[in-house]
Amino acid sequence: MKLYLGVDLGSTTSKAVLVDDQGRVVGRGITNTRSNYDVAVEIARRDAMTDARLALALRDLGADAAAVAESFWVCTDLYRLEALRQICRDTARAVPGEGPRLVPAIDLILSRLVEEAGQLFNAQARSRGSFFRDIVGARFHALAEESSQRGGLEFERVLGVYDRAILEAENQLLDVGFAEVFAAAVERALRDDVRRDQALAAGRDAAAAELDVVGFVGTGYGRARLPFPRDCIRSEILCHGLGAHAMLPRTRTVLDIGGQDTKAIQIDEVGLVTSFQMNDRCAAGCGRYLGYIADELSLGLHELGPLALTARRPARITSTCTVFAGTEIRDLLSVGEKREDVLAGLHRAIVTRAMSLLARSGGVSEELTFTGGVARNPAAVAALRDMVLAHYGARTINVHHDSIYTGALGAALFAHRGVPAVDLPDAKECKGCSA
Amino acid sequence: MSDSVVEKEASMEAQKELLAGYFARLARARDEKRPVVYSFVPGNLVELMSALDVAPVYPEVNALQSAMRQRSGGFIREAERAGHSEDVCSYVKCDLGMLMKGNVGPTGDTIPPPDLLLLSFTGCFTFMKWFELLRDQYQCEVAMLHVPYVGDGNVTDAMRAYVVEQLQREVIPKLEKVSGKRLDLDRLSELLARSRRAEEDLAWVFHSARNRPSPIDAYFGGVYYIGPIFTSFRGSEEACRYYATLRGEVEARLTAGVGPTTPGGPLLDERFRLVVEGPPNWTSFRDFWKIFYDEGAVAVASTYTQVGGSYERGFRHDPSRPLESLADYCLSCYTNLPLPQRSRILADMVSEYEADGFVIHSVKSCNSFSAGQLHMLREVERLTGIPGGFIESDLVDARYYGQANIKNRIESYLQMLAARKRDGGSAPRPPVHLQVLP
Repeated sequence: MKLYLGVDLGSTTSKAVLVDDQGRVVGRGITNTRSNYDVAVEIARRDAMTDARLALALRDLGADAAAVAESFWVCTDLYRLEALRQICRDTARAVPGEGPRLVPAIDLILSRLVEEAGQLFNAQARSRGSFFRDIVGARFHALAEESSQRGGLEFERVLGVYDRAILEAENQLLDVGFAEVFAAAVERALRDDVRRDQALAAGRDAAAAELDVVGFVGTGYGRARLPFPRDCIRSEILCHGLGAHAMLPRTRTVLDIGGQDTKAIQIDEVGLVTSFQMNDRCAAGCGRYLGYIADELSLGLHELGPLALTARRPARITSTCTVFAGTEIRDLLSVGEKREDVLAGLHRAIVTRAMSLLARSGGVSEELTFTGGVARNPAAVAALRDMVLAHYGARTINVHHDSIYTGALGAALFAHRGVPAVDLPDAKECKGCSA
Repeated sequence: MSDSVVEKEASMEAQKELLAGYFARLARARDEKRPVVYSFVPGNLVELMSALDVAPVYPEVNALQSAMRQRSGGFIREAERAGHSEDVCSYVKCDLGMLMKGNVGPTGDTIPPPDLLLLSFTGCFTFMKWFELLRDQYQCEVAMLHVPYVGDGNVTDAMRAYVVEQLQREVIPKLEKVSGKRLDLDRLSELLARSRRAEEDLAWVFHSARNRPSPIDAYFGGVYYIGPIFTSFRGSEEACRYYATLRGEVEARLTAGVGPTTPGGPLLDERFRLVVEGPPNWTSFRDFWKIFYDEGAVAVASTYTQVGGSYERGFRHDPSRPLESLADYCLSCYTNLPLPQRSRILADMVSEYEADGFVIHSVKSCNSFSAGQLHMLREVERLTGIPGGFIESDLVDARYYGQANIKNRIESYLQMLAARKRDGGSAPRPPVHLQVLP
């Protein structure tokens, strides 16, 4: 099968999308962008390829497909857990004087994580946008606390082992093939021998299927770091425009609030950008700002929006400056403002800033599609709906359930379209594009 | 990026020498008993000053030269320590900071204090406040020339007469007082005749960008080209020689069919022709330029190269009517024009130079000229049917310049233009305006 790959290397998450020669999405992958961009991109790419093979394997499994799929991703994370266990052990052994006590404690925690894998790594956790390190980190933290209370080991020492180990673990690529993980997933999910054999055969076929990536385009905040030829790099502004058009063809305005920047984009009826504006050097009011707020309040990023939606009287926020985020919150809480009211005010402030960019780019047309990580936040979406209604009147505001992949999808579609030699630099040097 | 080998044209080397000579002469001005007059580039009356043998100083040129030598940051911090806000024009703070640190100019020579502040007001309100601060510092007199704002784009006889009357009543007497000499109108006319010669050559150079490929970059190269004529060399033989040399260089490139010389070497593949509005960022000037030439983007025209004289659009000093000609010069400066006229000039240049697009560089700390630029963007889009690009940074404050951000915007804009070329994309839609709230 001929495939076209789009990679969106964002400042918070790295995404990959594969489309077939009809331009249909056949695989997606996502991971947190870590210090090592190359590994992040490779993990996202491999996940997208794996996703494409999984889709092939599940095609004829009927009612068993959902259970096997769920089990597949749990098994993938079990392999990751095993890799983490090895690194944790090595790290613990290296702690002077404490190794012999730390290793059994760490082993115990990792064993508990393996036992709980079915609950920890389920589809619900993934849909919250949590990655392996977030899920494991939160649970490890709790178990380390228990372990310390029982065994007299200092909590910080146990957690210190994890903090060092996870950095190494997440920059390590898993050395396990699709067939092996799929077989483990089937063993775990299905009890009936006939159905199990049928599923294993489908997995073997999928593992053997020829998936040939014949074109690729990279985009996103870190696109210059991608190991792609220059001609196979596209601005994320163009990719978000095309991706939003592919997901929702009536879209004429795109608002993308990512980790590092906010973009207001106007597109035409074929998804080409006609105008855009983005924030200047200051990243106030972008996704990173929400990350700081979550840290400040010791909340998960995914908890901010739902909590903000419970507000009765949104607080008045004067600044979305990331540097002053902590001060702003502490000031408001110290004068008695409720946490949810402060959060609601913060979300409104972010959207107010985005509204200014929208106005600068040409306003809000009949149909606006909201993309980027912040589009997953229900309070941000609600604030956007309110403000668009107040300032422009009734408009359709879309948030696609796969909006996080908009940029990567646009990139994959650019790869699918090919890159004509006449307009782009050094096209003849590009081996990856389909021109 | 900044470590690359920089290729320079002979005229650039010549200009460097002119500039070094200028600062060295300035440093000797006190010893040689030459009066010193501070003035600003837009609407400068350098021929008048030269005719009375006074040495001109341009504070904003000192600021930009300091920035190109990475010295503006220290000066700005000095001014902010003294209480000036982050939001104040960075040219002003750079100049004040330099003054506080001993007034050592960009080349290391000390800038002498002024005997007179000659304020030719051509649209920038900050200039007035700047000289009020300098007047307080130096306790010297100000000669104020109020150039009427050309609100509808048309210069009238009454406006001209108003400026000439001020030249006769206010400016010339004060200049004569500090110089101790009487103005010789014949000498002034000789200077203006030389100005005209240089202006002819400069205009020819800018018009050469109508060719494909353009032999010049009218923005990044253009800021070098305007150097002598916008400052103290207009009316001099040195300027005439410089512009004759420059014209010769450009003619040679035109004949050879090659593009402009950039710091990375000759531009061999002109892929985008752009018109640019707004001054460049000076602290990261080469990195800023590189974003464009790496993509094969050439500025075929710019408005910044018209702030000190609209030669490209036809203005020439006229030695037969010296004072009226100086008045016309001041009135027609780009800084003195209203938004509709500025938009029209941009749109005309897009058409005249067959540009693929236009980019507005908005300056954070310049309220005078940044206000209204988004309106201009929409207006030029409406007039040309071509989408514009918009970037923001600052003149000489490096804190406001983000290479990754600007690179992202420019690359996105150029890719948008490429997509339009390839797929015949739509013209920009008219903006959807905010509803007027009750």
